[in-house]
Amino acid sequence: MQVPILKQGAYLIATVQSALTDEDLKQLRDTLVLQVSKVRARGVIVDVTALDVIDSFATRTLRDVAYMIRLRGAETVIVGIQPEVAFSMVKLGLTLEGVATSLDLEEGLAYLDRKGKGHEQEVRTHR
Amino acid sequence: MTPKVVLLQHTQASSTPVEHVAHGQEGLMSGSQDVATVTQARLETTASRLRELVAHLRHQRAQLREEWARLITEAKLLTAMTKEEIFAEATSVYDNYVEALETGTYEALQAYARNLSERIIPRGVETHEVVGIVLLLRDVLARSLFATYHEDFNKLNRILDAYEPAANRIAATVAVGFVQERERIIREQQEAIRELSTPVLQVRERLLILPIIGVIDPQRARQLTEQLLRGIRTNRAKVVVLDITGVPYIDSPVANHLVQTVEAARLLGATVIVTGLSPEIAQTLVNIGVDLGKMNTVGDLQGGIEEAERLLGYKVVLMQEPVAHSA
Repeated sequence: MQVPILKQGAYLIATVQSALTDEDLKQLRDTLVLQVSKVRARGVIVDVTALDVIDSFATRTLRDVAYMIRLRGAETVIVGIQPEVAFSMVKLGLTLEGVATSLDLEEGLAYLDRKGKGHEQEVRTHR
Repeated sequence: MTPKVVLLQHTQASSTPVEHVAHGQEGLMSGSQDVATVTQARLETTASRLRELVAHLRHQRAQLREEWARLITEAKLLTAMTKEEIFAEATSVYDNYVEALETGTYEALQAYARNLSERIIPRGVETHEVVGIVLLLRDVLARSLFATYHEDFNKLNRILDAYEPAANRIAATVAVGFVQERERIIREQQEAIRELSTPVLQVRERLLILPIIGVIDPQRARQLTEQLLRGIRTNRAKVVVLDITGVPYIDSPVANHLVQTVEAARLLGATVIVTGLSPEIAQTLVNIGVDLGKMNTVGDLQGGIEEAERLLGYKVVLMQEPVAHSA
């Protein structure tokens, strides 16, 4: 199952629609990392609302995506982790260390906007 | 020579038992018929005895009821109720009792017992009292049977055969009904206490507080996590202040659980600020080696709310000096 990736302004939004195999996850990672510079995106949102289970491979892949995208000069935020999923992840020691998370798409967009504003302000003060 | 004789004796001996067996079978056949008729007869007599018994109890109703009520008062049972109430209750229990004896069905009695329990439990009636009054009634009725049939011992025996199983079953039905009702009430109250024990309150847009009072056991910890994560979702909270000022101590499984809850909340995009950690709890957290970098802790609830407001970008400004209330 391929994950559709939409461009919205300066952001890329990947909405996971159903359970993903390890192959699907790898493909999602590669596509996102490739696309982010191609479209000159400033932020990436991965929406996992539809996932009932997030296992260790998925967690590691999501973390890798976030780290790689940071190296490519953009921010990543994971949104829509369900409460039950969140708690079972933590029980397994999967805490997505160093990765930004938000409640849902709206919050994720707000988070990236805030980050971007900080960036703009920084640029302005440098001038 | 000798074996032959023995053989002869054997054949002789064996021929006679055959006849005996045939006789025996006949006897057995007629015997089983007898047994069948006897059981039937006994069933009939049990029914007729019960009918007789019920008629007797109906006839003696007023007197036996009074006797029973007197014994209840004497035994100091149902002290929470007035004499008139006891008498009224005794009347209806008596009638239900006789009816159960008559029909042999216990559903009506069960329903009545439940209804009675519902009425008397809030008044502080104890289990031993309910069991006590039912057993008293059983004894009162048995005594009256003794008095009536003491001249004919066989008849008394047969009447008691019919009465005792039914009476015991009635006593068990009422007692079980009462205990079940009690347990139902206890379960309801436990549920209510559990729900009250972890309130999730919104203080500001995007800011929740969870004040926790009392010891956190594993079950409560689970419930707390559930409420907190659900609260974050429904209120779209960004910051949650978890105030544990009222918690005397926590053990390490619960402490670990709290830490996991804080991390799970972060995965939902919310920050948890824990406030009011007592020295003992601080010690527990250090002992189990909690990574304090992950835990956002502030001394007291006020400080926690101020920190939360800062995170949310609120700035509380004093507009003017507080106005003194003038009459």
